[in-house]
Amino acid sequence: MSFTSLLDGPDLRGGAEPATRHVARLGPSLLSGSELIDALDQSDLRGRGGAGFPVGRKWRSVAGRQGPRVVIANGAEGEPLSFKDRLLMQARPHLVLDGAVLAAGAVAADQIVLYIGREHSAAAAAMLHALAERPATERGRIRISRAPVAYISGEETAAVQFINRGVALPTRVPPRPFEAGVRGRPTLVQNVESLAVAALIARHGGAWYRSSGSLLVTVTGTVVRPGVIETRLGTPVAEVVERAGGRPGSIQALLLGGYFGGWVAADDAWDLPLHPVRLRAAGHSLGCGVVAPLPVDRCGVAETARIVSYLASQSAGQCGPCVLGLGAIAETLRRLAMGLSRPDDLARLDRWSAELPGRGACRHPDGGAGLVHSALSVFAEDFAGHHERRGCTAARPLTAGVA
Amino acid sequence: MSELSARRWQGPPDGTRVGTSRLSLGVDRIRCDGRGYCAELLPEMIRLDDWGYPIVSSDRVPDHLLDHARRAVATCPLLAMRLAGDGRSR
Repeated sequence: MSFTSLLDGPDLRGGAEPATRHVARLGPSLLSGSELIDALDQSDLRGRGGAGFPVGRKWRSVAGRQGPRVVIANGAEGEPLSFKDRLLMQARPHLVLDGAVLAAGAVAADQIVLYIGREHSAAAAAMLHALAERPATERGRIRISRAPVAYISGEETAAVQFINRGVALPTRVPPRPFEAGVRGRPTLVQNVESLAVAALIARHGGAWYRSSGSLLVTVTGTVVRPGVIETRLGTPVAEVVERAGGRPGSIQALLLGGYFGGWVAADDAWDLPLHPVRLRAAGHSLGCGVVAPLPVDRCGVAETARIVSYLASQSAGQCGPCVLGLGAIAETLRRLAMGLSRPDDLARLDRWSAELPGRGACRHPDGGAGLVHSALSVFAEDFAGHHERRGCTAARPLTAGVA
Repeated sequence: MSELSARRWQGPPDGTRVGTSRLSLGVDRIRCDGRGYCAELLPEMIRLDDWGYPIVSSDRVPDHLLDHARRAVATCPLLAMRLAGDGRSR
């Protein structure tokens, strides 16, 4: 029943899989270069960092440039609810390295930077140890860079700017990293899970992935066994929640895709497929693969206020609409959560969250706005209740008639 | 303000074909400081949010507004606005 491929192999609690075991288990890559890019196209693999961009197309855009190129393996997992990237680096570092080396070969890059969050100590140690097990020809062109602890550090232009000049803040686009990234060179910035999947596609082919590939999801919130689950693409949301010990009857809504994703009412969520394209078609986002249930006795307004306050605090502080717009949205949500809203607050939230997308150098404001937009619809009753000082569903007594 | 607002584009008069350039407006959001001149000069395509930062139409600039668009770009004291070909501005 339980299906794995990225996390196949030795028990995850045993730490990183050594190089010898990795090679004995998986064998050599059969595809490389342009054949591998063709297989990625065929696989329809989407980036797992959150944006979901087609991986084959991304590699092709870098491969088609002139001059020396660079690959960044993005392991700066700043999303507070996501743990899958650090688990992958910690447990299967050689799969990530295989993917990075294959990517470098396919896009003709002579340098690889492993960009790993400074808080991901165990992951960085595992990657460093794994690096020492690789042949000298590979080791010589791979280095590790430790990303500052911040939500925004993993944004791809922030990664490039940190590696270039020690500042992990987004830059304006264009140029995008594939045009001018590390030291001005065309740069492929790819999430570590995407790279690990590419390493499997290099062994089993694009058709294999398309029909029976898997993805990592982090199931968190109020479940009995929160953690990272590997599951087949297209698995219904209900299945991973149940595997994590969540009780569907006690859940009112789920946050899908993390802080940059959106809320979905529980009844609408259970049958949704964990699949980047199919979920998008249903109007939702897989994001970085977070599934976070909100129980019936918790307030969706307060939870949204908490998340958006965090996102506002994590703005790079460079763009007016993000600093002021996201900040005002957060403050308004806090007022609403506390039952202290002003007459126009709901209408303002609606308008501000509609005006914000596309108005930052990066997509940080878009993420916050999307979350608010989903909250206003999923928790419409509760927003109205808070606004009109009636309280919300979470505030109702759970047991009636206690003498 | 009211005089300029009156210029807000309501679409072409009936039966007229309006030419559209291949250019669209983009803002360097890091540079932009919300001075607001652009919205004064091109209200047909730019309005300001509650904090004075521009909300810019992503449409291609119609031919008859190109001069106004160029003036908006040239007037920005922060040099934050640009006019560029398809897909190159944001």
